[in-house]
Amino acid sequence: MSGGRTTSPAPTSPVPTSAGATTGPLLDGLAAQGRAALVGYLPVGYPSVAGSVQAVRTMVDAGADVVELGMPYTDPVMDGPVIQRAVDHALRGGTRVRDTLTAVEQVAGRGAPVLVMTYWNLVLRYGVEAFARDLAAAGGAGLITPDLVPDEAGAWIAASDEHGLDRVFLVAPSSTPERLASTVAASRGFVYAASTMGVTGERATVGSRAEQLVADTRAAGADRVCVGLGVSRPEQAAQVASYADGVIVGSALVRSLLDVPDEATGLDRLAEVTAALAAGVRSAERPAGASR
Amino acid sequence: MTGLDSGRPLVPGQEPRLGSLATHVGPYWGDFGGRYVPEALIAALDELDTAYHKALADPAFGAELARLHRTYTGRPSPLTEVPRFAAHVGGGARVFLKREDLNHTGSHKINNVLGQALLVKRLGKTRVIAETGAGQHGVATATAAALLGLECTVYMGEEDTRRQALNVARMRLLGAEVVPVTIGTRTLKDAINEALRDWVANVETTHYLLGTVTGPHPFPEMVRDFHKLIGEEARAQLLGEIGRLPDAVVACVGGGSNAMGIFNAFLDDADVRLFGFEAGGRGLGPGDHAARFSGGAPGVLHGARSYLLQDEDGQTVPSHSVSAGLDYPSVGPEHSWLHDIGRATYLPVSDVEAMDAFRLLCRTEGIIPAIESAHALAGAIQLGAQAAQWSDEPVLLVNLSGRGDKDVATAARWFGLLDAGDESEGDR
Repeated sequence: MSGGRTTSPAPTSPVPTSAGATTGPLLDGLAAQGRAALVGYLPVGYPSVAGSVQAVRTMVDAGADVVELGMPYTDPVMDGPVIQRAVDHALRGGTRVRDTLTAVEQVAGRGAPVLVMTYWNLVLRYGVEAFARDLAAAGGAGLITPDLVPDEAGAWIAASDEHGLDRVFLVAPSSTPERLASTVAASRGFVYAASTMGVTGERATVGSRAEQLVADTRAAGADRVCVGLGVSRPEQAAQVASYADGVIVGSALVRSLLDVPDEATGLDRLAEVTAALAAGVRSAERPAGASR
Repeated sequence: MTGLDSGRPLVPGQEPRLGSLATHVGPYWGDFGGRYVPEALIAALDELDTAYHKALADPAFGAELARLHRTYTGRPSPLTEVPRFAAHVGGGARVFLKREDLNHTGSHKINNVLGQALLVKRLGKTRVIAETGAGQHGVATATAAALLGLECTVYMGEEDTRRQALNVARMRLLGAEVVPVTIGTRTLKDAINEALRDWVANVETTHYLLGTVTGPHPFPEMVRDFHKLIGEEARAQLLGEIGRLPDAVVACVGGGSNAMGIFNAFLDDADVRLFGFEAGGRGLGPGDHAARFSGGAPGVLHGARSYLLQDEDGQTVPSHSVSAGLDYPSVGPEHSWLHDIGRATYLPVSDVEAMDAFRLLCRTEGIIPAIESAHALAGAIQLGAQAAQWSDEPVLLVNLSGRGDKDVATAARWFGLLDAGDESEGDR
């Protein structure tokens, strides 16, 4: 099941034994400070591979605590129009899977753990074990896998154990208690709670079911739960940060890079949007002793 | 072959013996199949699986579906021997066509659609969505939605809405909303992406009426089951007609539903050869065809692991075919399994071969086939030379999965049949 490929690009450093900074210790540290994390998504290759590396650095400098680096894919069924557009551009620009590993290497080690968000066929084709090895070598924290449920993830669970990588699976408002329990048990780092039934994109309100889902996921045994889908504004970030361990934002950040006269303007807008979201997260009122 | 017992007596009208292949169920066929979907859809897939198996066990469900097929679809569909066409196949072969083209809505697609639409009523959902390539599945879904009072949205690649404008109008006449998909390659693959996005967002009220034997479990198993009456009817009809089974069963393979439908009743007859013909397009270079078993490798797309046209990175490679219904980069997981265990053989047919066979059937038998089905006819012609070695009077059973009304404009351009001035942009 590990894909048809027998050779892979050489590891970017000598054979590693463990990954770079993972998300668990960071989220625990922030929780001790009384706040949630801002998890920021950007796709590799938009506006170019080098430009996306610069954008991630800007985002981290402006206050993102965790990086979610998107690997461009031709058929992103969990993504809405904004991210589709950026990813389509990245692919037409020739962005390759190995560019993601290079980008991880270039943005890791700046204090923010770097997760890669990927649709599963790209990892299957590379080879699950080889990808885990090379991601760990590049300093990556692990994977977010929107179209891989734990039921199909045997090879990935083994490889991520071997290389000490986070496994971020998703739960949704439709998840049954049994599936919450099995998904929580299979996850490492945090569990990604989809705030609403739908794809990525900005929404006027964050689904009211998000808070209940976080509570249910904790009740199912999760130590850390971050919320994504539809969070785009500082006040939404503050609201989600009051009950979750992290606030995941994608489309709003990507949008700041679209339709700009030049890359510098895009980076300025990205820094501004990130800083506002980070301030929102930090402003959240968290009940003492909340969550855990 | 798989070591199946082939020494059974053949009695006309006898039910096919159900062995290990014909009754195989999901979620896995060997290494293929599964559920590579967002967690948000798992509950709906479980609900569907449960409702489907409950319906299977309920005689009332089977009776209602059978009644609809008898009184609405027009089943059983005839079996037609085509001697003037067979003369071009050669090898002394007799050729029989299973006439799914004569079903209401013009193709085999209605078999699956009526089954799923009855399930939707049982699920208590009020809306169906579907993807369509050639428009056949979209038309069938719009038809069932009208019949059963369901809201219906059909996603169709913009490129395909142009190629199949007549079917777009048919769907709209039937009350469906047709949404042209303008992202990606603007064909069937992208229509499925959009349908999946809609489903994730609306799964509580909406059923995704998937049109072929691909996708996450239980779709490959369920859609095969709704189509397997094609092969069961044909098997009984052929036994009644000539007292023996065919030497080969031939079908075109896009996602693969008509092929699974006719193959299934013969899977455990080891002496019956099974051939699936894929779209060889303009040639077997990247982007020129949809021959997954000639130019693909196992991978995951749209919820299942199967053979897939993909590049070195695992990105989906666009497919091409003169036939919109075969223009898809992956294939049903059961076909991948049958391929790998050697039970069925999959070969490419080029655009030119398919169109030549299209015209040949028109002129020799007075039947205008769908261009999809013309790939099966061209496949039969390819097999002619070797058929003579199978038996003294080889018999080919070909699934004529659909009729060609929707393809008249494409064919007219292809063959230059329009008067000057009528000619718009050609597909060739």
